[in-house]
Amino acid sequence: MRGFYTLFYKEILRFWKVAFQTVAAPLVTTLLYLLIFSHVLSQRVEIFAGITYTTFLVPGLVMMSMLQNAFANSSSSLIQSKVTGNIIFVLLGPLSHFEFFAAYLAAAVVRGLMVGIGVYIAAWFFTPVPVHSLLWILIFGLLGSAMVASLGIVAGIWADKFDQMASFQNFVILPLTFLSGVFYSIHSLPEFWQKLSHLNPFFYTIDGFRYGFFGQADISPWVSLAVVGTTFLALSFFTFLMIRSGYKLRH
Amino acid sequence: MSSAAVDVRAVQKHYGKVHALRGVDLRVERGEFFALLGPNGAGKTTLISALAGLARPDSGTLTVMGYDVIGDYRNARRHLGVVPQELVFDPFFTVRETLRFQSGYFGLGNNDKWIDELLHHLHLTDKANANMRALSGGMKRRVLVGQALVHKPPVIVLDEPTAGVDVELRQTLWQFIRRLNREGHTILLTTHYLEEAEEVCTRVAMLKQGEIVALDTTQNLLNRFHDKYVTLKLESGELPPDARAMVVSEDKGKYRLQLPDYAGLEPLLAQLRASGAVIKEMQLSRPDLEDVFVAIMNKPG
Repeated sequence: MRGFYTLFYKEILRFWKVAFQTVAAPLVTTLLYLLIFSHVLSQRVEIFAGITYTTFLVPGLVMMSMLQNAFANSSSSLIQSKVTGNIIFVLLGPLSHFEFFAAYLAAAVVRGLMVGIGVYIAAWFFTPVPVHSLLWILIFGLLGSAMVASLGIVAGIWADKFDQMASFQNFVILPLTFLSGVFYSIHSLPEFWQKLSHLNPFFYTIDGFRYGFFGQADISPWVSLAVVGTTFLALSFFTFLMIRSGYKLRH
Repeated sequence: MSSAAVDVRAVQKHYGKVHALRGVDLRVERGEFFALLGPNGAGKTTLISALAGLARPDSGTLTVMGYDVIGDYRNARRHLGVVPQELVFDPFFTVRETLRFQSGYFGLGNNDKWIDELLHHLHLTDKANANMRALSGGMKRRVLVGQALVHKPPVIVLDEPTAGVDVELRQTLWQFIRRLNREGHTILLTTHYLEEAEEVCTRVAMLKQGEIVALDTTQNLLNRFHDKYVTLKLESGELPPDARAMVVSEDKGKYRLQLPDYAGLEPLLAQLRASGAVIKEMQLSRPDLEDVFVAIMNKPG
């Protein structure tokens, strides 16, 4: 247990020591999205009855920032440690495979939540955002962050170089987040794109998360929970097997 | 129960087409000061990596204090401290943080007393709160030694511990490692500095292209080679043909000649006198580990 706690704490300290880059910077980026999109689109779109576009936008942006930062934390920490070679310090220790997995996952979730909460608080300067059900918000916040944190571990272990990591981020994570209904309800999309969006697990994290704020969403939060939960478990299981096999870590 | 400190059996390892370890067998007893020698690419680091769980053997078994490094990896790693060859460090943290984290990975919560002692012995006390980035190469190397020792492992593996470390520091490092050995720790090291291995190690294994080609006590290895050497520098004249046949190396007019034994010296001197050569410098020497090493490595097959 001490091994897990140490690695978890080390991972927290790692991003906290450069919090300006890892917490403040994504917060500012997300608020710029909020400022620009709400300014451009607020007169034209009303997605849920009685909810302004700016208000609608906030939960999606909060979730997007959580997803991106949770992914960034586990993936960048692992690839940096691999490239600089200091991953060896963790590998030489008697940590169990599960401790290794859980520590990277939990630290990434913490960073995701920190940025997410920061965005939510800052968004109040633009528009009040109601809370319909804190429980749903927490469930989707945690599960969504954990899901991508796990994906980040996979990417961090798989990538040998920083440019491979950048491709993963640009060609997998970014499209999945942008095409997940952060900026719109997928009901407003043509049918083909609606169907495609349903294959994107990120969509369910955002839709369920939004339900927690407004009590309404594109689909039932239970369906979203089932999809996000299953994806999280499947990804975690895959990640755990990858760590246990020593793939790219123990040659 | 007294399992060996390190027991390696029939270990094979390929990296792609490279056959890095070709069935290595090696047993290091508890309390030994053991050296693993070999040229670059002989498989020393691969063997150490396999022992530390950083590499997985294709076949064969490795144990540390009786614990299998794969089947019982947690216990094996608790009993092993490894100083890696590469100068790696985590630039986010200070020396003390680095050592505290390493303690934590081994399940040790309150380890500051031992950490302070380590810092003292490694002459790092005044650098405890410095960031790792701010340290010189030699200091980083000593932090690596400290990291390997946070959990007081009974078996300590040092992969080229003194590479790039200045002479004074090398001495203090060896003093410390010798002390650990006296206190009962088993030491397994790889080194390029053969005189170091000769000085401190009781047993030596030589690795060549993934195979152990010699495994014996340092003394026996040295005794295997009875040849004596004489180094000559001439004031004037030339080496007679018979003497020339005995030359093994030449460096700026300094000839190194191989003698079957010391009795062979007299006829050599007689020949020189007869040919009119005048000796300027002369030195007799016995073989060192380097001679043994070169002889074994150059043996065909």
